[in-house]
Amino acid sequence: MTEPLIFEISRPGRCAASLPECDVPQAALPKNLVRDELPLPEVSELDLVRHYVRLSHMNHAVDTGFYPLGSCTMKYNPKMNEVAARLPGFTAVHPYQSQFTVQGCLQLMFELQECLKAISGFAAVSLQPAAGAHGEFAGMLMIRAYHLDRGDTGRTKVLVPDSAHGTNPASTAMCGYEVVEIRSDARGNVDLDDLRAHCDEHVAGMMLTNPNTLGLFDEHILEIADIVHSCGGLLYGDGANLNAIVGVAKPAELGFDVMHFNLHKTFSTPHGGGGPGAGPVGVTDALADFLPGPIAGMWPASSDSPDDEPEYGLYMPPKSIGRLKSFYGNFGVLVRAYAYIRHLGAEGLRRVAEHAVLNANYLRVRLQDTYPLPYRRVCMHEFVLSGRLPGAEGVRTIDIAKRLMDFGFHPPTIYFPLIVPEALMIEPTETESLETLDAFADAMLRIAEEARTEPDTLHNAPFTAPLRRLDDVRAAREPKLRWQP
Amino acid sequence: MPYIPHSDADRAAMLKAIGVERIEDLFSDIPAKARYAEFRLPEPLSEAEVLDYLGALAQLNADLNSFICFLGAGAYRHFIPSVVDHIVSRSEFYTAYTPYQPEISQGTLQAIFEYQSLICALTGMEVANASHYDGATAVAEAVVMAYNVQRKKRTKVVMSPYVHPEYRATARTYVQGLGIQIVGDEHRQDTAALLDMVDEETACLVTQTPNFLGEVEDLDGIADRVHAKGALWVVVADPIALGLFKAPGDYGADIVVGEGQPLGNPINFGGPYLGFFATRERFVHKMAGRLVGETVDAEGKRGFVLTLSAREQHIRRERATSNICSNEALNALAAAVFLSALGKCGLRRMAELCYHKAHYAAQVISKIRGFKVATKKPFFKEFVVQCPMPVADLNDALLEYGIIGGYDLAGDYPDLDKHMLLCVTERNSREEIDYLAESLREVAQ
Repeated sequence: MTEPLIFEISRPGRCAASLPECDVPQAALPKNLVRDELPLPEVSELDLVRHYVRLSHMNHAVDTGFYPLGSCTMKYNPKMNEVAARLPGFTAVHPYQSQFTVQGCLQLMFELQECLKAISGFAAVSLQPAAGAHGEFAGMLMIRAYHLDRGDTGRTKVLVPDSAHGTNPASTAMCGYEVVEIRSDARGNVDLDDLRAHCDEHVAGMMLTNPNTLGLFDEHILEIADIVHSCGGLLYGDGANLNAIVGVAKPAELGFDVMHFNLHKTFSTPHGGGGPGAGPVGVTDALADFLPGPIAGMWPASSDSPDDEPEYGLYMPPKSIGRLKSFYGNFGVLVRAYAYIRHLGAEGLRRVAEHAVLNANYLRVRLQDTYPLPYRRVCMHEFVLSGRLPGAEGVRTIDIAKRLMDFGFHPPTIYFPLIVPEALMIEPTETESLETLDAFADAMLRIAEEARTEPDTLHNAPFTAPLRRLDDVRAAREPKLRWQP
Repeated sequence: MPYIPHSDADRAAMLKAIGVERIEDLFSDIPAKARYAEFRLPEPLSEAEVLDYLGALAQLNADLNSFICFLGAGAYRHFIPSVVDHIVSRSEFYTAYTPYQPEISQGTLQAIFEYQSLICALTGMEVANASHYDGATAVAEAVVMAYNVQRKKRTKVVMSPYVHPEYRATARTYVQGLGIQIVGDEHRQDTAALLDMVDEETACLVTQTPNFLGEVEDLDGIADRVHAKGALWVVVADPIALGLFKAPGDYGADIVVGEGQPLGNPINFGGPYLGFFATRERFVHKMAGRLVGETVDAEGKRGFVLTLSAREQHIRRERATSNICSNEALNALAAAVFLSALGKCGLRRMAELCYHKAHYAAQVISKIRGFKVATKKPFFKEFVVQCPMPVADLNDALLEYGIIGGYDLAGDYPDLDKHMLLCVTERNSREEIDYLAESLREVAQ
């Protein structure tokens, strides 16, 4: 199945938009500045709609099928959120209107900050960051600012476990820090001896994901926090895996000093094909003054006029690392996450974590005797198998992934984390039913069988997807990055 | 239970299969003192109650459907064809993620490829990425890219004071750990003065057109001056203005970035938006962000994949060009649908309407006693008006007339006290403009 490019269905003279007549006298155009050519497509509205609807049919999405993409938390995106985010009182509001005309937006931001504080145990929250990686960057900049503010200029290193997301070392490097990789131990935890060996007065902090990317809760979390803190470092929490513990444990009580939330994972806002998301950061008291801003605040009604409503506004923390983007965060995403939190409440969120973990463990148990499971423990919201199937040496994880498409499933995350060879990282999320989990497990078991009996079926998969296997190497060797006539 | 399908029987069967008695047993790795903590959140609401509550919050805002808006300054109210929201509301698009598996993600991939092609056409550049978080972060990433192109040897960035103040602030946030100095925007000075600051230590010059005060800058000759010093030239552009004015690529820009919100994205109290980012082919390996390329499948059919990922964090980790691991895909889709819907004639027409209406507004306002149009150069949809009173007071008064007035420039440019940046787009009718003029006259009396 292929679809022509929008440029290829263009015909001179067509236009899919109607604009008003000019109702003012025309001003002279500055001829020397006006462009001659504007090579945009010309299509009718119907052609435009058919084009994009046909493209949409070529996507696998949460709404079309199971999407167990590890570390991405592809849970159901409630439609209620979409209705809320499209209220004209939210979509048609300008960020520079005077504060008293946007009290509803500011109140929503303030209340969401309060909810995220309650969920995480942190003292303060900023909604500025637009994505998880953006939140990591904010967190590491805050750690840097904290040390410099204390006159501590000798800290040049940040510790990152070998199981970490690639964004962790990349965010660290963007702050000018040297990255030091810390080994994992045989149970998939941080190797405490290796950690101790690297902790000294040059360590600014450590970035830790817990549960980690193996889907395992680090059993030594309190000791890790003690070790990092005792050398003067701070502990950054990558909140990518918060779905496993939301409503069960508070990251601040586990020893983290700062953490980002992925609203598009834990709090059900849609992934949008790669964004927009939102990556608010929460911090302890010690870091609150360094948060990126502006932040929403509430000023209670004055005591002499008790009938007054509280007033909401924006402020910059006194030692802020600055702003991370224009305006106040991805507001439309914040509306969706807030709707979800208010719908579920504390008990609903706890059930989210419980069922995410239940679903992952159920799938783990169904698959662990067929696919190698390098770390044989109770997992949290996800688990990592290896695609190295005994008796099917010619088959690789990529083949298993592509074959899953023929059964109607999106493949898991593959080849990550790097410490598991031929990794398959499976995160079912809490919104999937037992029947879906069983159908996926049955497909995985059948594929394992095919790997031994008819490996070429796997090598040549997929067969039923809109396209057969795509040539990545050619795309990189002969880059064609735009349409040219 | 909202969104959780498990029956009691399901749970019992699953726990039995796992070999534990209770769900709580699965959490025993969490230290006991932190496990099952107390969470104080508001009581849960039903779906109807949630929507009622949020609807009430939304009603506390003065929205632009009920007020006449002349406010821009980086977030713009342009017409959005109805098809745009219909396409981005298709859940095949909005409930997918980054297209890691191309065989079942061709919808997203081809849409991004078309978006990249449209941005190249608009900016006159050779490659565009899949988008950044917004215009501000695109500027910041452009500065970091210029520094990386110069192998981190040049640590000075010359920034025009007429780049959006929040973009300049964001760029400063981004470079605070890298030892880069941003200079040139300490006070108001023109491009000629900025060009004199570009030297052999300079990684790049950053200018904006139309600039923050609305003026369309003449970009002739800048590229040669910047390149003579071995530096790069970054241009921040308004995508609607590009429907009318010459593309920065034609003037020799090295990187063209900007806020993509005007392309089919609602104003949304500031986000989510998208930052567009385009550059020259020779710099593509230093560019941040997702990139989609064309290839073929096993049967030779055309298809699209994420490509040149050796630049990115999941491969290069701390040596990556940036930590970005996503884009604003749904906003980029909206931009692509918008640009395709308007097309060659529609975008030009929208830009011309902005131009004519803004000039009409400037003309009628210039006739009001006490007000003076301070903009001298050609402008596009925004211009500066000197007012007889503080802008905040003026705006409070205009609100009584149902008008959301312009941006108060006093905070960003102390010498522009009592100066207001007004924005007029194709959404403002002559009647609204005349009503604004009349209201200003009454307020000033």
